[in-house]
Amino acid sequence: MNYPGKGLVEGLAVTARNFVGSYFYKDRLTTVQYPEERIQTPENSRTFPFLVFDESPDKPRCTACKICEVECPPKCIYIVMDRDDKGKPLQRPKAFDIDISVCMQCQICVEVCPFESIKMDNDYEKSKYGRFNDLVQRLPDLLKSNDYYRQIKPVKAAEVDAKLKAEAEAKAAKKAAAVAAAAAKAAATPPAGSAT
Amino acid sequence: METIYQLLHVTFANVPAWTVQVAAFLIPIAFIFGVYPAIFALTTLVERKALGRIQNRYGPNRVGIFGVLQPLADGLKILLKEDIVPRVADKFTHFLAPVLIVVPGLLVYLVVPVAPGMVAVDLKIGVLFALAVGTMSAIALFMAGWASRNKFSLLGAVRAVAQVVSYEVPTVMAGVAVIMAAGTLSTLTIVQRQGGGILNISNWYVFRPWGLVGFVLFVIGGLAESARCPFDLPEAESELIGGYHTEYSGFKFALFQMGEYLAGMAMAGVTVTLFLGGYMGPGSGPGLVGSLIAMLWFFSKLAGMIMLNIWIRGTWPRLRVDQLMGFAWKVLLPLALVNIVAVGFWHFLTPRPLAWVVTTGWLVIWFLVLTKCNASAILEKREYRYV
Amino acid sequence: MIAAPSTIPAGGAITTQLLEISIGPQHPSTHGVFRMDVVLDGEVVRALKPVVGYLHRNHEQLAEKMSWLGSMPYTDRLDYFNSMSNNWAYALAVEKLAGIKVPERAEYIRVIMAELSRLQNHASAIGFLLQDCGAWGTPLLYAFKEREKILDFFETVSGSRMMCNYFRFGGVRVDLNDEMLAMARKIVAEFPKFLDEFEKLMTTNEVVLARCQRVGILPKELAIAGSISGPVARASGVEYDIRKVDKYGVYGQLEFGVPVGAVGDVYDRYYIRVLEMRESVKILQQVLRDIPAGPVQAVEVKLRGFKIPAGDGYGRVEGAKGELGFYLVSEGGPKPYRYHIRPPSFINLTVLEDMCVGHKVADAIIILGSIDIVLGEVDR
Repeated sequence: MNYPGKGLVEGLAVTARNFVGSYFYKDRLTTVQYPEERIQTPENSRTFPFLVFDESPDKPRCTACKICEVECPPKCIYIVMDRDDKGKPLQRPKAFDIDISVCMQCQICVEVCPFESIKMDNDYEKSKYGRFNDLVQRLPDLLKSNDYYRQIKPVKAAEVDAKLKAEAEAKAAKKAAAVAAAAAKAAATPPAGSAT
Repeated sequence: METIYQLLHVTFANVPAWTVQVAAFLIPIAFIFGVYPAIFALTTLVERKALGRIQNRYGPNRVGIFGVLQPLADGLKILLKEDIVPRVADKFTHFLAPVLIVVPGLLVYLVVPVAPGMVAVDLKIGVLFALAVGTMSAIALFMAGWASRNKFSLLGAVRAVAQVVSYEVPTVMAGVAVIMAAGTLSTLTIVQRQGGGILNISNWYVFRPWGLVGFVLFVIGGLAESARCPFDLPEAESELIGGYHTEYSGFKFALFQMGEYLAGMAMAGVTVTLFLGGYMGPGSGPGLVGSLIAMLWFFSKLAGMIMLNIWIRGTWPRLRVDQLMGFAWKVLLPLALVNIVAVGFWHFLTPRPLAWVVTTGWLVIWFLVLTKCNASAILEKREYRYV
Repeated sequence: MIAAPSTIPAGGAITTQLLEISIGPQHPSTHGVFRMDVVLDGEVVRALKPVVGYLHRNHEQLAEKMSWLGSMPYTDRLDYFNSMSNNWAYALAVEKLAGIKVPERAEYIRVIMAELSRLQNHASAIGFLLQDCGAWGTPLLYAFKEREKILDFFETVSGSRMMCNYFRFGGVRVDLNDEMLAMARKIVAEFPKFLDEFEKLMTTNEVVLARCQRVGILPKELAIAGSISGPVARASGVEYDIRKVDKYGVYGQLEFGVPVGAVGDVYDRYYIRVLEMRESVKILQQVLRDIPAGPVQAVEVKLRGFKIPAGDGYGRVEGAKGELGFYLVSEGGPKPYRYHIRPPSFINLTVLEDMCVGHKVADAIIILGSIDIVLGEVDR
């Protein structure tokens, strides 16, 4: 049946159904009452980068190779390599700053990092009162343990751990092989100095 | 007022007569100033809650339990806001407009009876007074729009005046039907005429063919006059930002909101009085208990009308300005005029069933004719092809 | 104070003036920082000048100073409602230029993402349109409720709700596991229910019909001459859909129709979007049924130091708003020599004045709403 005002009346019926339904069916309401309830963020979820260390914060995985600094699209990373007294590079960052007001959470630094050192956090409560200095994350703020990484992204972390372990084993095996080879070599040719 | 006067006179026989007279003046005023703004505050909360639920949200639920203190928080917040007056504004008019807008809304309540005998002033021209005073808000709106010296405000004000004046006509005509049937302009008498029958309900004017049409017309006219959705063109947010109150902030803005809501509630109150039997309902009658029940009935009906407004607001989009005018003059006004004739039939045709048949037939025929005449204004069926 | 009004000349005719108002850049319904310089005769629009550039971010120039991959996250920020289609268009252009073959599973995933983007974009576009009509947020919030589910899916897959940065040259970044596929299937299964409810609420609503029909008509000739694309063009009767024309990705193997309107008014643009959503649901059902196993990333593409042989290429997709194209020129280096975008929102906006003149202010607002622009893409 078609009568003038049919669409208007049907519209009223739809809103009435939603009005009543919202009291009876919880799933109609999508609001999350934030401070009391929180959404479990999915594992892939990403906010800002952090740096992983294995045993202690003194020895981060980061080698200050500056690849992420170069590849970062908005150029929000600033790295200074640590050097010893003689000026020899120490393969670790002295300063590692990320300006999270510039960072656009694109994850490219994570993808290009060859050392599995920089990872995406999923902590979304990063509001600060200050506008400038508070939003620059320094090295101590950025360093987080591998356990933390395992906790927020279990699947990914397990993959990374396995990969690193395999690499380390390969390296150790290579080293052992090299040592063995050197020893074999040493055994085969008598030391030249012994004759003299 | 007379009722209160007599009541007080009898109760306090030994106090001077003038104190009783002053008290009889002050009590209704205090009632109107106390109750209706409180209902306004409650309405803002209920509206936000109900709109929220319609849109599958919670609505305000943070201030106090279930958010009941939200109106207080809103009021406090808006009091603390800076009051900005544009540099080029006509300062005096700019100040006067928000003050003036609250007045007509409150004045209408003077003639709205809430229980048997409980009406602030039982004017002999009550309906006329309510409708005339209700339209006064147009002046305040235009003052606001004009004084702001803002093009959006001006457009909103022009729309407001045009709309209020146009919709006044069908609204009054719809009211005329009731006046004819009741034979009086006094609101109290009109309500009394709607009493009796089955459970005090069956004699409400809305249960007459002409009364139903009049009710629909009156509700639409009331929505338009108080600039409520879908007739909220004067302040159309998506077009004119805020319309006439674009340049108002702080408490002046709050006064605009209050004036608008009070006017809307006043129109709802008049609708209840004219068509929904006012305070009439099962159990309402003279005496203390009867009066309390009557008051309950009146305020429940008022709440129902307010809920209807909110429901409509949550559902329908807004009309365009020319369609708004066309609707008033091409549909509502002819229908209101036809309705007056229908009341005539109702009055003069003696066997009631005959009157029912004739009035209903008359109204249905004219409704169909009007729909046919205005068919070009709406709807065409569209076909879409796929490639 | 405003000057005293001019005297009324003999004969009683009042001299009137045209009123010039600036709708935007701060206005509730210009969908961002967009400005319309409108000349009004009473309520009637006599002239309208769109003013853009308030959100200009130098995207093209930035991209010319950045590695090929570095621009990918920036494309998310063009039309932030469909970051997935933007990614696709850019990836397509680069793949064309570099001659990269995309694995089949990746192509299917791309279709899923693009069509889900289209669903949520169209849903919110018509929600915004009805909001502009004055419907106090109800249709918009119903649409957003549905959009929320799709955004949750995007977050689960790509890590971010809107700025997905999900596509890579030669594939996609993350594979979909069974859980994610089940999530997508659930969204697709529930979407038609939302559409039915929405249509009941709005499509036959007399106020919507009165407001939208025969308003802002875009003639077919003008649509072609103005190089209008997407749902706006199809509403005017232009049979043009790049998914059908180019058959990029796996669209050639899928069965779907492209709805075409006849009148080209606001109502057609609204309803074409509804119909397109129904078609998108069909596409998604097919894709989710047929998705093959396999790798999602072509092995030959490396992330760092990615270089493209010299040449130029144009990659385009049917974005939710129209033809989104990337024109790239490479000199063989690690960054593009020229990087140009064909943004559908911007080009569709050029006919705004032709559609608005002669209508009321309120119509101008809904006409703008029916074009469905995103200022991130208009200003770049």
